[in-house]
Amino acid sequence: MTAPSAQFVTTIGLEIHVELKTRTKMFCGCPVAFGGEPNTRVCPVCLGHPGTLPVPNEKAIELTNKIAMALDCEIAPHSIFHRKNYFYPDMPKNYQISQYDIPIGSRGSLDMEVGGESRWIGITRVHLEEDTGKSVHVGGGGRIREAEYSLEDFNRAGTPLVEIVTEPDITSAEEARVFAQELRSILEFLDVSDVRMEEGSLRIDANISVEAPGRSGTKVEVKNMNSMRSVFRALEFEEERQRNALMNEEELVQMTRHWDEKSGVTIPGRVKEYAFDYRYFPEPDLTPIEPSIEWLRQLQEELPELPIAKRRRWMEELGLGPYDAQVLTSSPGVSVFFEETLEAVKDANPKQVANWVANNLAGALSDTGERFSDLKITPSQFAELMDMVASGEINASQGKEILSAMLLTGTSPGSIAEERDMRQVSDRGELEAVVDEVISNNAEVADRIRAGDMKPFGVLVGAVMRATQGKANAAVVTEILKEKLGAS
Amino acid sequence: MPITRKDVDHVARLARLALSEEEKAALEEQLSKILAHAERVTSLDTEGVPPTSHAIQLANVARSDDVVDPLSRDDALANAPAAEEHQFRVPRILEEEE
Ligand SMILES: [Zn+2]
Repeated sequence: MTAPSAQFVTTIGLEIHVELKTRTKMFCGCPVAFGGEPNTRVCPVCLGHPGTLPVPNEKAIELTNKIAMALDCEIAPHSIFHRKNYFYPDMPKNYQISQYDIPIGSRGSLDMEVGGESRWIGITRVHLEEDTGKSVHVGGGGRIREAEYSLEDFNRAGTPLVEIVTEPDITSAEEARVFAQELRSILEFLDVSDVRMEEGSLRIDANISVEAPGRSGTKVEVKNMNSMRSVFRALEFEEERQRNALMNEEELVQMTRHWDEKSGVTIPGRVKEYAFDYRYFPEPDLTPIEPSIEWLRQLQEELPELPIAKRRRWMEELGLGPYDAQVLTSSPGVSVFFEETLEAVKDANPKQVANWVANNLAGALSDTGERFSDLKITPSQFAELMDMVASGEINASQGKEILSAMLLTGTSPGSIAEERDMRQVSDRGELEAVVDEVISNNAEVADRIRAGDMKPFGVLVGAVMRATQGKANAAVVTEILKEKLGAS
Repeated sequence: MPITRKDVDHVARLARLALSEEEKAALEEQLSKILAHAERVTSLDTEGVPPTSHAIQLANVARSDDVVDPLSRDDALANAPAAEEHQFRVPRILEEEE
């Protein structure tokens, strides 16, 4: 018996960890950075030496409150830290300082759009904790079970870490990806984290279960999704796996599975999960967090315009299409670049500029893997290019060629156009001479057009463009040709 | 509710303590007494009293986000029972069967 796929219901909840962009760790003054020589950013506190005491980083508390506010959470007037007790060598205290029953933020939501439809995803909680160190397993091919021993680097131990948990409101792999991208954009606009998945400053785990009529779902945790693309692929794979199992009446087991990017499948972790008992209890070494109303109000005022609000505003005020608006609000780098270009342009209109930034410029950057913050060119140089295109000084394909050169060298579009002799020719006198020559060289075609057959008209326009090495203003050429051949 | 041997085994396992049979027997009795003592507190009327996590009336103790020089790596590793490649060397983390 097979059920049609429309009867399956997929339920996904996400758990996101974000390393905060503070100068120092959560409970000690050791500097926070990515990579570096092992155990060069450690002290007695983050190494868990006996007798040391943690002191919370006020900046980390501030940034967590900002995240909670941006996700429309209720902010706890009184929240506390807990100890989460378990043994693992990357955590030298044998407990992680985390939050338990009273997180900083709870009951929030994230507003996003999927396929033009507005979707609200509930946020269960936003809490603050500390990150662990990093283990390298030696022997046994680097696999933890077969390893002879492990090596521990505690540079990352104690880095401020925010955990964001969603309600199980997500219904597809695509929605999960949109949520993850929207959240990443929000965190970037808030300037609270580097949000680099490849460096682990943004980590996404998921719970997914598929139900069929009369068959309840089995919750499977999916880990090790190291890019936005792998979030989508892993969840799509897992959804399909569970659907197939339901259709074939196979038993599904609650477990953790790891996404394997290379083979494109999720691999079962330990099936026999022993029930964790973390023996949470209030951290006696830390005082409660009790933000004042004035301080919260001030933070609220400091919140930037969030990407979805900016997107809707630009679509409304500037008439941008949804795709362009989406790309232009995906990170603060591209947003600021677009805004500053708009301020600097004279002739180009916002839609044109948006289109160039979202397609040509963003496309060129994604090809090289660069970010807008790595750009060699300034918004005013880009604005100059936009004006050259808008005024007809150069045509679109020349504009693209100039843009490529600008991205490499960082020089102004004017000087590149000069250097390459690329100014578009719009001068009637100059073009009329070329048109006359083309007509006399293509007498037969010209006669057909004079007789009212417009089909070969493009041949003549093309011939003029070739004769001018693509520099002719096509609109002016068309106009002259029509006049000379009495066509309309 | 008295503590059973099963409870003692469970708590010892969580704390990674290897206990002898005599120790377990003693702890079974002692832990039961401690719990019984704590249970006396529950007989108090706490209606309207918010849960207390800290005995001191203090909140928002925090520090500014300023870097303090970390330990030198040699100092950091000085007390490690084993070190290798400037890292702490630890025994195999997961046994074949937990
Ligand atoms: Zn430290």
